[in-house]
Amino acid sequence: MGSNGRMIRKKDLTIWQKVYIPEILKGMRLTIAQIFKPKFTYSYPEERFQPQPSFRGRPVLVEENGVERCVACGLCSRVCPSLAIEVQASETELEKERYPIKFEINMVRCIFCGFCEEVCPEEAIVMSNEYELVFTSQEEAVFGKERLLKSTEELKDRLEFLRQHR
Amino acid sequence: MESIFLISILKFVVYVTVVLVTVIILVYAERRVSAFIQDRLGPNRVGPWGLFQGIVDVVKLLLKEDIVPKNAYKPVHDLAPIISIAVSLSTFAIVPFGNTMELFGHQVKLMIADVNVGILYLLSITSLGVYGVTLAGWSSNNKYSLLGGLRSSAQMISYELSMGLSVIGVLMISGTLRLDQIVLHQARYLGGWLPAWNIFLQPVAFVTFVVAAFAETNRLPFDLPEAEPELVGGYHTEYTGLKFGLFFLAEYANMITAAAVITTLFLGGWHLPYVESLGLSPLTLSILQVLTFCVKVVLVLLFFIVVRWTIPRFRYDQLMNLGWKVMLPLALANVLVTGLVLLLI
Repeated sequence: MGSNGRMIRKKDLTIWQKVYIPEILKGMRLTIAQIFKPKFTYSYPEERFQPQPSFRGRPVLVEENGVERCVACGLCSRVCPSLAIEVQASETELEKERYPIKFEINMVRCIFCGFCEEVCPEEAIVMSNEYELVFTSQEEAVFGKERLLKSTEELKDRLEFLRQHR
Repeated sequence: MESIFLISILKFVVYVTVVLVTVIILVYAERRVSAFIQDRLGPNRVGPWGLFQGIVDVVKLLLKEDIVPKNAYKPVHDLAPIISIAVSLSTFAIVPFGNTMELFGHQVKLMIADVNVGILYLLSITSLGVYGVTLAGWSSNNKYSLLGGLRSSAQMISYELSMGLSVIGVLMISGTLRLDQIVLHQARYLGGWLPAWNIFLQPVAFVTFVVAAFAETNRLPFDLPEAEPELVGGYHTEYTGLKFGLFFLAEYANMITAAAVITTLFLGGWHLPYVESLGLSPLTLSILQVLTFCVKVVLVLLFFIVVRWTIPRFRYDQLMNLGWKVMLPLALANVLVTGLVLLLI
């Protein structure tokens, strides 16, 4: 409605459009054509979504030559907005001198923001492409080192992506 | 005499089974087609391609608890779904699904009841369907249900007029109320090649009848009685379990009946064009005709489904405008023109 109460239309309908039935048939042609187009839905358990390297799945620790890259500096646990990461440092004979004796991520708290990955100076914690996280208890949701470690081969795509875009 | 009685019972049993099974398949088909239109997959888990989904849903409905609201008027609350289902099942009884057939040495008409006022029976019984919906809305003692019930009664009454008037055009051409005679009348050819189906003779009546049928079956674009965004569930908001199932069944059975009636009145019923000249045996011909009828009904049903996912819902004033200011005059004009043409020929 305009200010003077008159109906304002950008364009008046033609007689064909007023009859309405041809327009319905047009619409039906569209919907029927839609039936034969490919579907977006995945048949989930059989057919899984394969994320791109840019996908932020659950955070994991990078394992290189059988040892984690992490030097337990604690930046990730510092930056984590939801306080999901707990690190305890210890000394080691290796070149890096420090390693995390305990590294835990509470996956119930984690919000997948990727800050830990961004802040890490050693590229030791990265976001993987895993998105299937199921727990039956609070305790089970706390991932220790044994569940967080992943080899560089498995994380190749993500590490490559980070090298290009950081 | 006895065998005629037996044949009637046989026809009845076959008919009820076929309708109920078709309802299950129809619900599945609707969900599947709507999913495909929306780029989804739809139910595909239970059985091959999800075909048993309907059966599982029925079992679920049967096992559910029957909840009656505290302030509902129980007798009517119980009665309403019964009316709905009885009406929708009894309408189908007069639809002929095949030509007269030789069976056990009898001439069997392939329809449940050979009523000589066929179309009148049809119109009057479908009018009764309003009671089911309105009483359900009223007895639930819920404002959404009541609004849904009121809307549906107004809608059905408005569209019944144009429905009845569009049928008159067909009546004037075929000169009979018997549905089997109407089909026989359509089993001819115009100019030697075009089947004399009423859709070609009465296109305007066809359009008005189909639109009215959509409104009568409460299907989108006229599903105002149960418009979810406005009225929660409409008249069946307060129904659960088996009673809700009956409403659901009635709705889809109504759809099948509407499709069958459209087929009979306008699409030549069981008539398969050009097949008479092939010289097939009577039995083959009968089976072929029943199959033709089924295929036509299925196509009309698919049309119903696709329309549902194409057109948005009408507003209430638009619905009434369309019913009274467009459909009714159009149907009346159609009767007038048909009368004039019949006079002149």
